[in-house]
Amino acid sequence: MKLTLKIWRQKSLKEKGRFETYKVEANPHMSFLEMLDVLNEELIAKKEEPVVFEHDCREGICGTCSMVINGEPHGPMGGTTACQLHMRHFKDGETIVIEPFRASAFPVMKDLAVDRSALDRIIQAGGYISVSTGAAQDANAVPIDKDTAGHSFDAAACIGCGACVAACPNASAMLFVSAKVSHLALLPQGKVEAKRRAQAMVKQMDLEGFGMCSNITACEAECPKGISVENIARLNREYLSSALGSETVA
Amino acid sequence: MSWFSDFLTSSIGRKVVMSLTGLFLILFLLVHLAGNLQLLPFLAHDPAGDPGKAFNLYSKFMTSNPLIKTVSYLLYASILIHAIQGWLLWSKNRKARGNQGYAVKVNKVVGTNSFAASNMGWLGTIIFIFLAIHMYQFWLQMKLGHLPMAYYDGVEVKNLYSIVAEAYESLGYVIFYVVSMVVIAYHLNHGFQSAFQTLGINHHKYTPFIKWVGKAYSILVPLGFAIIPIYMYFFM
Amino acid sequence: MSLDSKTPPGPLAEKWTRYRGTMNLVAPNNKRRIDIIVVGTGLAGASAAATLGELGYNVKCFTFHDSPRRAHSIAAQGGINAAKNYANDGDSVYRLFYDTIKGGDYRSRESNVYRLAEVSRNIIDQAVAQGVPFARDYGGLLDNRSFGGVQVSRTFYARGQTGQQLLLGAYQALSRQIALGTVEMYNRHEMLDLVLVDGKARGIIARNLVTGKLERFAAHCVVLGTGGYSNVFYLSTNAMMCNVTAAWRAVRRGAYMANPCFTQIHPTCIPQSGDYQSKLTLMSESLRNDGRVWVPKKKEDAKAIREGQKTGRDIAEEDRDYFLERRYPAFGNLVPRDVASRASKTACDEGLGVAPTGLAVFLDFTAAIERYGKSKAHSMGMHDPSPEKIRELGEAVISEKYGNLFEMYEKITGENPYKMPMKIYPAVHYTMGGLWVDYNLETNIPGLFATGECNFSDHGANRLGASALMQGLADGYFVLPYTIGQFLSNEIRTPKFSPDAKEFVEAENQTRERLEGMINIKGSQSVESFHRRLGKIMWEYCGMARNADGLQKARKMIRELREEFYKDVFIPGSTEEYNPELEKAQRVADFLEMGELMVLDALNRNESCGGHFREEYQSEEGEAQRNDADYAFVSAWEYKGWEAEPVLHKEELVFENIELKTRSYK
Repeated sequence: MKLTLKIWRQKSLKEKGRFETYKVEANPHMSFLEMLDVLNEELIAKKEEPVVFEHDCREGICGTCSMVINGEPHGPMGGTTACQLHMRHFKDGETIVIEPFRASAFPVMKDLAVDRSALDRIIQAGGYISVSTGAAQDANAVPIDKDTAGHSFDAAACIGCGACVAACPNASAMLFVSAKVSHLALLPQGKVEAKRRAQAMVKQMDLEGFGMCSNITACEAECPKGISVENIARLNREYLSSALGSETVA
Repeated sequence: MSWFSDFLTSSIGRKVVMSLTGLFLILFLLVHLAGNLQLLPFLAHDPAGDPGKAFNLYSKFMTSNPLIKTVSYLLYASILIHAIQGWLLWSKNRKARGNQGYAVKVNKVVGTNSFAASNMGWLGTIIFIFLAIHMYQFWLQMKLGHLPMAYYDGVEVKNLYSIVAEAYESLGYVIFYVVSMVVIAYHLNHGFQSAFQTLGINHHKYTPFIKWVGKAYSILVPLGFAIIPIYMYFFM
Repeated sequence: MSLDSKTPPGPLAEKWTRYRGTMNLVAPNNKRRIDIIVVGTGLAGASAAATLGELGYNVKCFTFHDSPRRAHSIAAQGGINAAKNYANDGDSVYRLFYDTIKGGDYRSRESNVYRLAEVSRNIIDQAVAQGVPFARDYGGLLDNRSFGGVQVSRTFYARGQTGQQLLLGAYQALSRQIALGTVEMYNRHEMLDLVLVDGKARGIIARNLVTGKLERFAAHCVVLGTGGYSNVFYLSTNAMMCNVTAAWRAVRRGAYMANPCFTQIHPTCIPQSGDYQSKLTLMSESLRNDGRVWVPKKKEDAKAIREGQKTGRDIAEEDRDYFLERRYPAFGNLVPRDVASRASKTACDEGLGVAPTGLAVFLDFTAAIERYGKSKAHSMGMHDPSPEKIRELGEAVISEKYGNLFEMYEKITGENPYKMPMKIYPAVHYTMGGLWVDYNLETNIPGLFATGECNFSDHGANRLGASALMQGLADGYFVLPYTIGQFLSNEIRTPKFSPDAKEFVEAENQTRERLEGMINIKGSQSVESFHRRLGKIMWEYCGMARNADGLQKARKMIRELREEFYKDVFIPGSTEEYNPELEKAQRVADFLEMGELMVLDALNRNESCGGHFREEYQSEEGEAQRNDADYAFVSAWEYKGWEAEPVLHKEELVFENIELKTRSYK
């Protein structure tokens, strides 16, 4: 299949970027990133600079790949990362527009690669259970209801790719934050510091310059792991109860 | 009170303010509609043949009852806070989004109206302009203006009905009014269920019901408002 | 020279406890004065960095990813073993130890494996406390399943994403230490050299991948948790950026590489579809609990399927050869990975493969769907369910168990595995070999430690399913944080090292020269093309089956390829910028050296064991023939320079507690 690609090229953080148009011949069984590999090999053969895009596991779990394909983070297929998207879902002769994830908190470093370290800093603010190695009791000491464990898992399935931020018209990171808050708050082990966690993570999220959630739900629609906005409601509850209900004044 | 101001200025706190003021305004709309429906002769029939009596008496009650007066200050505050906070959210969110937009725009959402959801700022701005005109025209006149007077059982009442009826004789105004109601319908369509979500009320069993009520509300209430000028223009 | 494994004395079951109780400690006030560099943030690296930080050391932690959470441990699907015996099916620390030694074809160190089995129980406790959402039953307790090569249910799992959840647990523990300031995190930094001062590992040279600048980092010791080298095969189930560079740079500085030829070929991967393919995708081994592996009995049927005239559905039951069940009745579809992989290869070599490339066998869930459907119908009180209803119910059960895997399969192949049997083929998955380490996980370079897949220690010649996660976390949480004290307790008077010392500056200059040398070749072929060619050589001659002729040929070919690489590679851009092609080039350059060593090791090991199958050494039935008399040793290779022959050092394996048997799964 013959394709026309319009790809955002940007030399570095400081320089301005623009779209460049390329032609590429792809096989329908290729993954989207393999199609870009083909393009890059051709560019290298012409001694031109290949398109920089981030990727690693190519099986939809590491969360490294990050590009907006025809207006959608990770492309048009629901529940699919860019690396798991296959060319059979595109038409021969189609023009595909590829842009980096865009948000003020995700500055573009080069071409399609953006800096998502803000998400790490949010986790560092409190996205963990404070338990040091060796201090744990027997794993079966605290039973956890199967459904609750399941809901916790649903939230924990977040791969931290940042598609929610890229998709959100407000560039809000609420889905990401709420997934971690939910994952941990639902488990008895994480419940203990749930209040402190919600406060700390939201504070960091605000500091990083993400937008505010207006419940548009584009995040859930574009999330490759189908994380639900129910988690955002849970985060709101956790935050409200900790901001207004906890005895800690700070 | 620093913890409280921290809460109010946090991203979630700001949204909670939007949610609570929004819900209050939603409730107010219902009360307002109940009053306005008295403009319709088949709903508020006066045997003496005065089409404005019920409405004028209602207006008098609304402006003189001390409890309602108190609540009305809350209402003014809500409108202002909702608008100012909304504007702040809008500008902060635009900043978060950054200068470089996407070349291709897709609005995929889950369980809400994508147009409404992503245009609450614009819709709200239009509603704010409508409100300004609306309040100048009726509310300010009622408070400060020189309205003709009507007398019912010897009591002197400002004849608000007369200026309403006059306004609804203009086709242009009726169209402006109806279009504004459509805008409100969209704003409500997203705003109603969004307010609950912001307060953390999202439940597998009850949220579908909230969404259903929200949808019905966002259609029926603006429709109720819009019917009045249309009916009055064509049939009175 | 023989290698000292520093295995502590005493009975096997008490070695670790006794050793732990008597080893040297570093006092808290001294820990604050000691710097540790940890390279890699997978299960082994992140858990080690977090735990060392908790203990009070100053840790500097490095990853070439944009975030520590991206390491490839995240992709492990099936589960993690632990000798908890929650299933009450006779499991014990000894049994896990025994299974691991046997599964590894008696090429691992008894003491290390026993310790692994012992601490496996603590890992589960730790992970649950961190919030890892393992699968549970309705009573709220942890659920277990069985995994390839064992007869007990000791595998803990979190749907098909166990690695992800365990890594997030470690990542969160690491994030906590970063927030507390005990760990300083360096994202997007790739280690390009190891710095020795007076023969001890004292620092690294890392390249800042964003600016391209080389940076020097000094510490009292260096821990590598940098994973395996499967990507030497180009196509593997490893992530695209997995590489051997950190370990290989250590080898170039004198560390020994042990058992490099022990590579694991995983039997259940999605077959290759074309030449453009960049990587292979694993389907969890857990699928073999319910799927049956088969090929058509008749060659003409296989041919018809390959040509698209028939599908698996069209082959009658009696015309199918469930070859694993036939050849290995005791374990059936659950034989260990090396055995299953080889059997699939044999079937395809006989012309019975079912993909257009001829390289695939079926993994069929029809029987399981029917079995589960019937039992579900029964539990729902249906007495006479229709076959459609049974299928529907059965598919629902299968979807609950393997839904995400089936979805992934359909995404990649475009075929619905509920309706059509899956096609699978073996692919390179894991490398048992790695840096030689002693009982303390210390390499032969004092102060250089290796953890997880990066070392060679626990899996012998073949790793059992669900044991990699176990080993990575055991090393990082429960072994290294203790054993590192044996080295560091002698370093408490050593002042902090300056990264401006001459050894560091020298190493930085050498690294710069190496990178600039590569980028200035300005040849005509891409890095990728060299990597592909290397992968083909490795797969063909040093893959599932090897022989002396092929290996000799391969060695020559790799050397030629390496020469060609240094003459004709083209790397765009410059060294001082964000340049993924340069990153790739330097990784491939190291693979070109590592690949040769693998071949050499395979050539040297005149026996078949585990993942290493030499065609010359097989029984009449085609089973592997081990040679315990001559090869019960670890081969540890010392690098001697570009053209020189590496030197082999042997660590004799002593089995005091276990009797060496022919591994039989019949």
